Amino acid sequence: MSWRGASEFVAMGGYGIYVWGSLGMVVVGLVGEWVVLTWRLRAALRRVKSFHAGDESSLGEVE
Amino acid sequence: MIATSHDPASAGHSLSNGAGWWKYASPHAAYFAIGRLLPWLLASGIGVLGLGLGIGFLVAPADHQQGEVYRILFVHVPTAWVAMVVYVAMAFWAGVGLVMNTRLSFMLMQALAPTGTLSAFLCLWTGALWGKPTWGTWWVWDARLTSVLILLFLYVGFVALQSAIDDSQRADRAGALLALVGVVNVPVIYFSVKWWNTLHQGASISLGSAPTLAPDMLLGLLASALGLWLLAIAAVLARLRCVVLERERHTGWAARVAEGAA
Repeated sequence: MSWRGASEFVAMGGYGIYVWGSLGMVVVGLVGEWVVLTWRLRAALRRVKSFHAGDESSLGEVE
Repeated sequence: MIATSHDPASAGHSLSNGAGWWKYASPHAAYFAIGRLLPWLLASGIGVLGLGLGIGFLVAPADHQQGEVYRILFVHVPTAWVAMVVYVAMAFWAGVGLVMNTRLSFMLMQALAPTGTLSAFLCLWTGALWGKPTWGTWWVWDARLTSVLILLFLYVGFVALQSAIDDSQRADRAGALLALVGVVNVPVIYFSVKWWNTLHQGASISLGSAPTLAPDMLLGLLASALGLWLLAIAAVLARLRCVVLERERHTGWAARVAEGAA
């Protein structure tokens, strides 16, 4: 362990904003990607259903 | 009215005569195989990335030149690797799709692009936050940074092109052409720090030479990279499932999947 306490860890030698700004954006990006993927799968399943239910609104759509 | 539901002829006809791995070339079989694989990929990706970042942020020592700010390396370098290799994979499947005219290749190409876009963006974002305290600027028009920005534009252009063309076959061919032409940029990124005199530092790890990193730093970096890789593969496969469902929504198997998911 290279840290003597939580506040030293958070401060990152005075570069906290840059280090946590980097790590934070990566976490936001990864979580965001999976949120979007979950929405997309649900939307795809809905479209399959409405297609087979004979819903006219899904007929005109081509990929 | 539609009378195609539960049509056995359109439901995974290539399954019965497929043997071994080839059967996954059927979008239908790929959908179910990915469904079984995904939880494991996702869990191991989160675990390995957590381990890598834990080593990088808690165990690895400070850098003797840069102090603590160097820890951005543990996210910056893995995102750069993913951004580059995902593009090569996209171009590869574009080539396979154009030559063999297989449906799943183009679907894979399409599924890779958003993950590559995100990685290229994260690489530039973390790079800017590293550049400010160490170089005194968020951005310079140097060969490495500019070629990665071009990579991001290629990804964004690919996604925009695919969504702008309504006919999916034409969208696939146009996208595949763009992906193949753009792949020349990847070696330019990799060798830019050798070919030009850049502000960006050279490779921390390269084949055929001893790494310039301390052992704990190297371990943290490799584990973070492996974790991010597993997550990238998981995201691409999860997106491939969506693309398969979107394109095969007229089939009987898709209807049964949607019924079961209700």
